[in-house]
Amino acid sequence: MSFSKIKFDKKIVLSFWIILIALIIAAPTLLPVFRLNLLGRYLSLSIVALGVDLIWGYTGLLSLGQGIFFALGGYCAAMYLQITSSSEFPNNIPEFFALYGVEKLPFFWEPFRSPIFTFFAIWVIPAMVAGLIGFLVFRNRIKGVYFSILTQASLLVFFNFFNGQQKLINGTNGLKTDVTQLFGQMVGSEYMQRIFFWITAILVIASWFFAKWVVKGRFGNILIGIRDDEPRVRFTGYNPVIFKTIIFSIAGGLAGISGALYTVQSGIVSPQFMTVPFSIEMVIWVAVGGRGTLLGAILGAVFINYAKSLVSEALPASWMFIQGGLFILVVTALPEGVLGWLQGDGPRNLLQRFGMKRKIETYPSLEINNKEGDNE
Amino acid sequence: MELLLDSLFNGVAIGSVLLVAALGLAIVFGLMGVINLAHGELMMLGAYTTYVTQLIFKLPILKPFYNSYIIVSIFLAFIVSGVVGILLEKTIIRKLYGSPLETLLATWGVSLILQQFVRSVPLAYGTGLVISLIIGLFLPTTFPSKIKESINFKYFKFSTWIFAALTGIVTGSFISSSVSKLSRASARNVDVTAPSWMRGQVEIIGTAFPKTRLMIIVITLISVIAITLFLNQSAWGMRIRAVTQNRQMSDCLGISTEKVDIITFGIGSGLAGVAGVAVSLLGSVGPNVGGNYIVGCFMVVVLGGVGNLLGTVLASFGIGIMTDLIGAGRLLSIWPDMPLPLSNTINFFATTSMARVMIFALIVIFLQFKPTGLFPQKGRMVEN
Repeated sequence: MSFSKIKFDKKIVLSFWIILIALIIAAPTLLPVFRLNLLGRYLSLSIVALGVDLIWGYTGLLSLGQGIFFALGGYCAAMYLQITSSSEFPNNIPEFFALYGVEKLPFFWEPFRSPIFTFFAIWVIPAMVAGLIGFLVFRNRIKGVYFSILTQASLLVFFNFFNGQQKLINGTNGLKTDVTQLFGQMVGSEYMQRIFFWITAILVIASWFFAKWVVKGRFGNILIGIRDDEPRVRFTGYNPVIFKTIIFSIAGGLAGISGALYTVQSGIVSPQFMTVPFSIEMVIWVAVGGRGTLLGAILGAVFINYAKSLVSEALPASWMFIQGGLFILVVTALPEGVLGWLQGDGPRNLLQRFGMKRKIETYPSLEINNKEGDNE
Repeated sequence: MELLLDSLFNGVAIGSVLLVAALGLAIVFGLMGVINLAHGELMMLGAYTTYVTQLIFKLPILKPFYNSYIIVSIFLAFIVSGVVGILLEKTIIRKLYGSPLETLLATWGVSLILQQFVRSVPLAYGTGLVISLIIGLFLPTTFPSKIKESINFKYFKFSTWIFAALTGIVTGSFISSSVSKLSRASARNVDVTAPSWMRGQVEIIGTAFPKTRLMIIVITLISVIAITLFLNQSAWGMRIRAVTQNRQMSDCLGISTEKVDIITFGIGSGLAGVAGVAVSLLGSVGPNVGGNYIVGCFMVVVLGGVGNLLGTVLASFGIGIMTDLIGAGRLLSIWPDMPLPLSNTINFFATTSMARVMIFALIVIFLQFKPTGLFPQKGRMVEN
């Protein structure tokens, strides 16, 4: 009996949730401010990991450009914060503009004066950009590694654009948010950080349920169909382009939310969010946690980042080796990830190896079918 | 006219770096459908090989031949990167055929490890390690067939590896004791200085061209010609082309696809090393040097199409010339009195980074019309 088939009692599920919620409420008092802030950041990263899991784990599209949407969300939030707390600076525009001699606010900053617009922009703009990129790529049946390369190239393009435009968005320095005001409170203050932590925790749970809802039912089945055999889905009469574009923009929107939360908790958004390594890292969180298992993406993001900060504090040089080894290991030895291994036949095989359980004997033909199933 | 020549030369110079770097990538991708994200790091190894060769040629015993070190380093870089590539193929990539996305992730892991390796291991011992790899991998293939076929071959192999390890340690410590710059690990960038005959400029039809750029163009030209001859004239080249066209059919006809994979991957990685020599002439060499070129190389492969060298050549020169035209704002100087909105747009894109933005937009537009690149492979399969 494998892990996933265990049916939990309703009371156990309920008490699990109660404990989880209690922990979330109590976390700010249990953890020191520094660790709480780190945990909040990692939780916000787990939302982008959920998006990666949706497109890679369920639909088979390996995007190496999720950093674009992550940073776009972050920039939307930071632009609103900068512009609403710029009243004491010359010309009523954010301080950095004065450095480059800009006196008039660039036109695309104007709508960010409104909090309602910003609230929607944080997830709608990344989703729209993702939808556009996705549609242009998927329309031509570009897939597999071609898709990965193109997303990576577009990541670099966005990086170059944001990095080079000092006069529009402060270029390589990025936008600071920790000294800005939100509803009369300093964003970097302990009180606000606590609130951001709770918002993040709630949004992680919400997006988890949302992602579960997305992959449930026919829509999810079509996604898995596209992953496993796209031509067959097409010949059955579905248009994969639409489904791929929709799921890619959903992942983009999630990345945007994640980026905004990460920005307000780390105090700055900069083109560094759009570097190539960061976007590939997102994939490894999902790969280690277990692709195709949404919970795995969340746990993978939190635990790997936590491990990263611990290792980097102790032995700064060794993290690159560990990370590189992790990429190789998880791909060659543990393709389903940790949670996938636990939910699948992993524990049973391990017990068998130690002679704990006897192998169930079946007909040879069934064995062959099983093997073929494993290979896919 | 002069301006046009200048622009053309700059474009060709940018394009030839791209071409020599993308050549290996294109061959490997064409044959195995594998995207090697460690390609940039293999280039970096080639660049570091140039640096090490340069320092070793400063030793008293080799000093008279110092001027020719760059020629030697081209061959050495080919061998070093090729051997690392073969090792990579034998240990990791072979296990992942048929799952290109997984290969992509695994090679990214390799690239991280290689970068950190260069940072935290002294170059002298790195050289020793590479030397022992070369001996360990190649010495057994030179044994007479009598030994190769004997039952005890694995013991011979094992003793070769011991011999290789010892040689590596000895060379490593020798280099470390005689060249002090190589004995300590450092993450700082290093500089390769071109020999005296390569400094300065050459004047052709009234325009001065830097000699290093010309050298890079020559290196590229030789690599392209050599690889074309190899693919079209030699027996292994024919096998490689056969496997690129139809792997299963070639396998049925008795071509050892396993060997073809190793050879192709070795050559592809070796070309990355040669590209590394070219890159080391352009600027300082650091652990991240490969990353600056890798995405451009991918663009060349995507634009050129798979399994056709002509596509790769055209794509890289196309990208190179366009980069120069847009990035240096040359259209403005060719056509000075164009309408204001147009010239404003051109000015906006007239930096290196914005030129990349524009080039990518153009590539995406191009792919809308020709999704499989300039010269797609013909076939009747659903999946291409």
